[in-house]
Amino acid sequence: MSTDATLSFEEAMEKYDPVLGFEVHVELNTKTKMFSSAPNVFGDEPNTNVNEVDLGMPGVLPVVNKTAVESSIKIGLALNCKIAESCRFARKNYFYPDTPKNFQTSQYDEPIAYDGYLDIELEDGTVFRVEIERAHMEEDAGKLTHLGGSAGRIQGAEYSLVDYNRAGVPLVEIVTKPIEGAGSRAPELAKAYVAAVREIVKNLGVSDAKMERGNVRCDANVSLRPHGRERFGIRSETKNVNSLRAVEHAVRYEIQRHAAVLDSGEPVIQETRHWHEDTRTTTSGRAKSDADDYRYFPEPDLVPVVPSREWVEEIRQTLPEPPAERRKRLKQDWGYSDLEFRDVVNAGVLDEIEETITAGATASVARKWWMGEIVGRAKNADVDPGQLGVTPATIVELSKMVEAGKINNKMASAVLDGVLAGEGTPAEVVEKRGLAVVSDDGPLLEAIDAALAAQPDVAEKIRGGKVQAIGAIVGGVMKATRGQADAGRVRELILEKLGVTA
Amino acid sequence: MAAINRDDVAHLARLAHIEMSAEELDRMAGELAVIVDAVKSVSEAAGDGVPATSHPIPLSNVFREDVVGHTFTAEQALSGAPDSDADRFKVPAILDED
Repeated sequence: MSTDATLSFEEAMEKYDPVLGFEVHVELNTKTKMFSSAPNVFGDEPNTNVNEVDLGMPGVLPVVNKTAVESSIKIGLALNCKIAESCRFARKNYFYPDTPKNFQTSQYDEPIAYDGYLDIELEDGTVFRVEIERAHMEEDAGKLTHLGGSAGRIQGAEYSLVDYNRAGVPLVEIVTKPIEGAGSRAPELAKAYVAAVREIVKNLGVSDAKMERGNVRCDANVSLRPHGRERFGIRSETKNVNSLRAVEHAVRYEIQRHAAVLDSGEPVIQETRHWHEDTRTTTSGRAKSDADDYRYFPEPDLVPVVPSREWVEEIRQTLPEPPAERRKRLKQDWGYSDLEFRDVVNAGVLDEIEETITAGATASVARKWWMGEIVGRAKNADVDPGQLGVTPATIVELSKMVEAGKINNKMASAVLDGVLAGEGTPAEVVEKRGLAVVSDDGPLLEAIDAALAAQPDVAEKIRGGKVQAIGAIVGGVMKATRGQADAGRVRELILEKLGVTA
Repeated sequence: MAAINRDDVAHLARLAHIEMSAEELDRMAGELAVIVDAVKSVSEAAGDGVPATSHPIPLSNVFREDVVGHTFTAEQALSGAPDSDADRFKVPAILDED
């Protein structure tokens, strides 16, 4: 594999102005496919979620999935797009074994949504508006595995195996207008844009939005032009950049590569590029050619989709609060400082903290646990904080124990380790590890409750004023704590509990 | 007469994965032009008052509810495949795409 020359990012920025463009494919999480009733499920046995429509057998007829149309409208509305009064499907013709029909059913001249925008907030709070050209409906292709030769790489492969389970899965492709003016923040903006789209479709509930599963896939277009020139340079399109980090790196790399090409006086070749996560570089895919003549024509087997304005408004009413607005609201509700809130967002624990607060913790307690205890552990385990296995209920239980004085903060941290190690609930871990603060009132109160419950008549006598009867209860508590309790304190607590003044 | 030259036919043949000899290309260049002209007469018949349509029947919004229907087993799916391996269709490696 040849290595392309690159300039340093700083030098590239000094000389050139980057223009970006993104095509983000979102797989919808409908129960069935776009045009067939076969299930839309990830990870099943190969070629079991297919029927005659997905396999492109002769004479079959596609029928549009109504829920997929509804989800597409939701995405369009969330991206501030206009929803077409009428739109149609088109055939995109090409020969490749991932598409058994030899065409992909897509939308061409009439997308369902168009002319939108998304305001992207960068890490320091700067807001950058990205214009959306269109969002159109189409279907996913099957999955190819290249075998023989160097494993997994198409170069040198001897044959390919095809699984059509993914063929026909509903997709919405979101296409931006050219993004100008990002300057040196282009890589950061790229990442933030894809993150925002992913967040929106997840929040709408229309996609599982897992990039590692390919639910959200990004093609990143990059071109450079000398500062001050209006005309765009020639672009490259880096395909299937499938993590947020990779989007940032790929854009940065392509800027550096283009700059070196332009510096050498050569023209940039308009081509697709493949992203390689291991080396964080791209390699040449193929140049634009005859093969890109897709001969689109209107799909004769499908009738137009004409979303009534009533239907669109009905759907608009069901849209959840947009993520950016939700963040504003939560920040205010929780009373976090700008910095605290940004740290929470960047750590990716906004949902977790919200759930923990809903479960009964205060905002500051929830933040303390997630940011102080869990994020670090997740980093060590190399998983997302939400995937570590800490439930809101666990945090609420732990914080109650701390507040009640049963355990101190240091012990609470150890109890959390125990819970994560599978030793049971916090209470069980405290019990098993013998972590309770015995000198504290917590365990005493439990023993007192038990003793009072065991001798209700005695409790009644004390309540009635016969304070001397307390000896029987104190004895019970001392027995239960194996003599480790302070008898004087026990006596005080019993009287307090029964509302009697000695 | 529609202008369709030999290069246009060669281009179409390549896109459609049809192998054509030099003689066939020459002959088809002439024939295709005649065919296109024949189809073109439809637009003359329609006149200005008839809008273009991609579908002959005035229908829209033909939808299916999102309910799972029938599927094939892998064995059924592969029953017509020239070759298969590990419950998947086996195809020659194709190098010019990703």
